[in-house]
Amino acid sequence: MLQVTNLGKSYGPRVVVDGVSFAALPGQIVGLLGPNGAGKTTTVSMICGLTSADTGEVTLAGQKIGSDTSPAKQKIGLVPQDLALFEDLPAMANLETFGALYGLHGALLRERARAALELVGLADRARDRPATFSGGMKRRLNIACALVHDPDILLLDEPTVGIDPQSRNAIFDNLETLKARGKAMVYTTHYMEEAERLCDRVVIMDHGKVIANDTLAGLYKQLPVADSLIIDVDGTIDVAALAREPGVRTAVHVDGRLTVGVTSLADSSSTVLAWLAAHHHRVTHISSGRAGLETLFLALTGRQLRDQ
Amino acid sequence: MTAFLALIRKDLRLYFSNKRALIITLAAPIAIAAFFGSLFGSSDKKPSRVPIAVVDQDMSTISKQIIKDLGDDPALGVQALALEDAIDQVRKGKLRAAVVVPPNFGDQAGRAMFRPGAKPEIVLHVDPSQSMVTPMVRGMLTQHVMKAVSQSAFGGDGGTMTKFRQEIATSKEIAEDERKDLVAMFDSVERVQKRPAATESGSTSKSGGGLDVPFTTRASEVTSGRDKRYNPYAHSFAGMSVQFLMFMGIDIGIALLLARRMGLWKRLRAAPLSRALLLGSTVASTALIAIFLMFAIFAAGMLFFGVRIEGSVAGFVGVVIAFAFLTASVGLLLAALGNNPEATRGLAIFITLLLVMLGGAWVPSFVFPEWLQSVSLWVPTRWAIDGLAAMTWRGLGFEAALAPIGVMLGFSAVLFVIAIWRFRWEE
Repeated sequence: MLQVTNLGKSYGPRVVVDGVSFAALPGQIVGLLGPNGAGKTTTVSMICGLTSADTGEVTLAGQKIGSDTSPAKQKIGLVPQDLALFEDLPAMANLETFGALYGLHGALLRERARAALELVGLADRARDRPATFSGGMKRRLNIACALVHDPDILLLDEPTVGIDPQSRNAIFDNLETLKARGKAMVYTTHYMEEAERLCDRVVIMDHGKVIANDTLAGLYKQLPVADSLIIDVDGTIDVAALAREPGVRTAVHVDGRLTVGVTSLADSSSTVLAWLAAHHHRVTHISSGRAGLETLFLALTGRQLRDQ
Repeated sequence: MTAFLALIRKDLRLYFSNKRALIITLAAPIAIAAFFGSLFGSSDKKPSRVPIAVVDQDMSTISKQIIKDLGDDPALGVQALALEDAIDQVRKGKLRAAVVVPPNFGDQAGRAMFRPGAKPEIVLHVDPSQSMVTPMVRGMLTQHVMKAVSQSAFGGDGGTMTKFRQEIATSKEIAEDERKDLVAMFDSVERVQKRPAATESGSTSKSGGGLDVPFTTRASEVTSGRDKRYNPYAHSFAGMSVQFLMFMGIDIGIALLLARRMGLWKRLRAAPLSRALLLGSTVASTALIAIFLMFAIFAAGMLFFGVRIEGSVAGFVGVVIAFAFLTASVGLLLAALGNNPEATRGLAIFITLLLVMLGGAWVPSFVFPEWLQSVSLWVPTRWAIDGLAAMTWRGLGFEAALAPIGVMLGFSAVLFVIAIWRFRWEE
């Protein structure tokens, strides 16, 4: 089990991570959700020993991760946000190189490398160089490189950045397979849809702090609203006044888009539209959705996840 | 050890997988070294003639003899021109110098040998960009003028000598004692000339009666052995291999910076490896690549340009290995101090060119001014090139390699320590 306790990191007066604590159990995917700059990547860097923590500690099955050569690092696989691949080495050679860093060699190394390639669906491209791969294939190989030494914990730092939906789904399938095999995973993202689909538990971060840490079910219970109305509207909205209307729980207006959290779409939609009409706002588009982590983040911080 | 070897293997595979870059890294130093080697020329080749003009405003027997002798000199290519044309050709850079023999030169030069007073003046119009040529032409001119004038004074039909004897015997400007000595000298020369021209062996004297330079010189090249000739390719191959290996070191440093940018460094550091192992493997792989390249470049020099290790083979290997570590340390230092690959590459290339220039890679350091030669002792590339020269064409023993090896390893150690100290470990 991965246990992160009270991690803190500052660069001069700027506090980047402030007292972050959470745990990841075998067979569990923990999502680190937050906007860019929330401190997710720094937290991951401290977990795998790339960045020294000012406060707190990280333990893996009771072993503290301290020095560069700490044996506990053997149990961690890191998937960096960047495509950390040797583009001019064949895919198999990439895996063999990274596997050897963890002491693997000979037949075992080759077997593990083949297994990792098969898991991500690249077994038939073992001899090809990543330079010839599509973006999605590179992302999958990026994950395979972290798996070759069969770690207990996988740290995935925004592993689906910049790829098409099909490749993203393929990666999700790979991660669910790993979850079924009992791997613990920490998955950082600023896409709430990813967290909602994949994660058993979500740690929401903002400005270096954990603002929510619960299972998805637990987080949904904290939702102040059940549904939301997303309305493209002209003019400046008095969101505080709108939020005082019956059935309206939250209201945020950013770049011409008004997001209104309501207790019930059926009861409150007409109220919201009537209020907008009464205040002479022209509605150009309207849609609705179930409230989710986005809404929760909005309720907790007053800001939207992707507008940071 | 598995990780260390894997990292070295990875670096070697990456380096040698880029065939185009590898070929350029090998071909460029060989091509440039071949060019410089041919430019400096081999001593067994016929030297090119220095083109000069002569302007004969005297048209005397002496001036004609001087011009003939200059024309016969294998070091000079002589054209007889009018004064304006000669100066014009020098100005245009087509000729290196123009020698102007003034009117009455022959008459005045003969007298000036024995009588005080003004001497006739030969004007040498020179190309100021060819400063090395002026003393050479001046020296040859002195030799040929001396010979022609003295031949006329003491030889020929005797008329000139009789005239000079008459003038000196009646001169009031010369002291009595000196006048008597000079007249006696003319008398004894006349007696010698009246003897039969044939020698005892039957051959004819070739002296011609004039004074000549009383010696000849023979340049003996101090190389690795009595019959070994200096091969200028040995220097150019040393210089160019050092230069391009330094460039290779830059590439390794830049590759480390790129690895950091691409997140590869994160992945490497996430593994349970010590910092010494991570950086040590980079140094080791860079050194191995450098050693391979150096041997490959010198192999080409040996196969196609006659470069030989005339000195200690062990010393040569030692110098190559020490320089390979120096290259690796320079690359590591760049990775430690550089902020981003683009800016670092530009600065590194500038510094490297400065280092190889001061190290004598382009032209031998002995042509530098004395102060610059002293300064260049602090430049590690100077030791690399001197060490390679000592082991190749100078043919020195292993002991001559010790200082270059020691200095380069010392520089490597210092640069390595600075690199470790300044290396940015935190992400």
